[in-house]
Amino acid sequence: MNYQFDWAVVTSGKYFEWLVSGVVVTVKISVVSIALSFLLGLVIAVMRMSRFRPVYWFAHGYLEFFRNTPLLVQIFFWYFGSYKVLPDAVNQWLNAQGFEFAAAVIALTIYTSAFIAEDIRSGVRSIPKEQMEAARSAGFSYVRSMFYIILPQAVRLTIPPLINQFLNLTKNSSLAMTIGVAELMYQARQVESYTFKGFEAFSAATVVYVGLSFAITGLMTLYDRKVLQPIKVR
Amino acid sequence: MIRFEGVHKWFGALHVLNDINLHVKPGEVVVVCGPSGSGKSTLIRTINRLEPIQEGKLVVDGMDLLDKRTDINKLRAEIGFVFQQFNLYPHLTVLKNITLAPIKIRKVPPKEAEAQAMALLERVGLPEKRDAHPAQLSGGQQQRVAIARGLAMKPKIMLFDEPTSALDPEMIGEVLQVMKDLAESGMTMMVVTHEMGFAREVSDRIVFMDHGVILETAEPEEFFKNPKHDRAKQFLKQILSPMH
Repeated sequence: MNYQFDWAVVTSGKYFEWLVSGVVVTVKISVVSIALSFLLGLVIAVMRMSRFRPVYWFAHGYLEFFRNTPLLVQIFFWYFGSYKVLPDAVNQWLNAQGFEFAAAVIALTIYTSAFIAEDIRSGVRSIPKEQMEAARSAGFSYVRSMFYIILPQAVRLTIPPLINQFLNLTKNSSLAMTIGVAELMYQARQVESYTFKGFEAFSAATVVYVGLSFAITGLMTLYDRKVLQPIKVR
Repeated sequence: MIRFEGVHKWFGALHVLNDINLHVKPGEVVVVCGPSGSGKSTLIRTINRLEPIQEGKLVVDGMDLLDKRTDINKLRAEIGFVFQQFNLYPHLTVLKNITLAPIKIRKVPPKEAEAQAMALLERVGLPEKRDAHPAQLSGGQQQRVAIARGLAMKPKIMLFDEPTSALDPEMIGEVLQVMKDLAESGMTMMVVTHEMGFAREVSDRIVFMDHGVILETAEPEEFFKNPKHDRAKQFLKQILSPMH
């Protein structure tokens, strides 16, 4: 083995800047998709528990469909397939956001929301049914009871699986390189192509992904410990 | 205020409410008692449709509970319900437990709702607990907060489903006192309870149930001195002197 390590390639100069710009895009995709997939997951979870059959079946179909198809297929579908059937106005708006970026966010959001919805639903099931009775007795509708009383408690119980989903989402965002989003993985590949320093380039990407994952876990755990846990849920 | 006419309810094959006829007038305090499994909790839970009825007529505050046009959420907002297990919202502070429904349902401005909540906390003797969470309170304190929460909606009726059954004995008094004050303020109340002292002192009428049937309805003095039904006699004997 006479490979010459050259870490300077990834710690300074032009290639370092490429990687940094990749990190910025990865963080952007992840943050936007985490926020959207959480909100969408809440909505789908509530729909999935509805006693109104059409709503229930819609949510059920949504979950089964998006959980059981590969993320890469979904990314390609949104990027290569969707614009052909979407209205022009929607396409124009998506293009304004950068269509690659938008397609990646949509795919990650929808895919992850299906898993989040199931986690939240199992959290809801562990809230005693008397909480719903108390809320309904006060005059809240089913949906408002869910959002004011049940879900805030269920989400507290769902933090550990939610951390998992957010980590998966962040790592899965690397698939966005396949449709030309210039995120971290894309830039690491670029650096490798230009320098043949594959070991350094992908080591750098690895370190950043690990760092991001630790940051997510750390922030969520801190939030859980400082903000949520002092408030005992039974 | 509350009118049952020939009300029936079944859980599967079990006939839990059998031909209930009862009229509760405004300002009246009615205690429902009877052995466990007699249907008294079910009876009180039908009033805000936590348990739907299957037959008969039930009119509460002028609204027919079997009428599809009745807005159940609107009706429930007029009825305070106090549970055996308190069922406070554990993720919210005492103050927010009380102000949530007034702010979200009655659209009371938050400042005003808080002022009203503090007045209620004074009334139940817990103003210093405003920022505590339910888990930090004793059972008796939680139940008093639950009563304040019910009152915050300015209800026309207050329903109590065994409000002291889950409490340690030394905490029962504080809750009963709050209920007594409430009764004296003219609130229409229906109370499922085994507290015969409360029934005797505070209620206007006692309803005795067994096996889903109202066996006896009487004023408290009459009921305790001179119960008509054999089952009521036996029940009173057991509950007043359990050793015999």
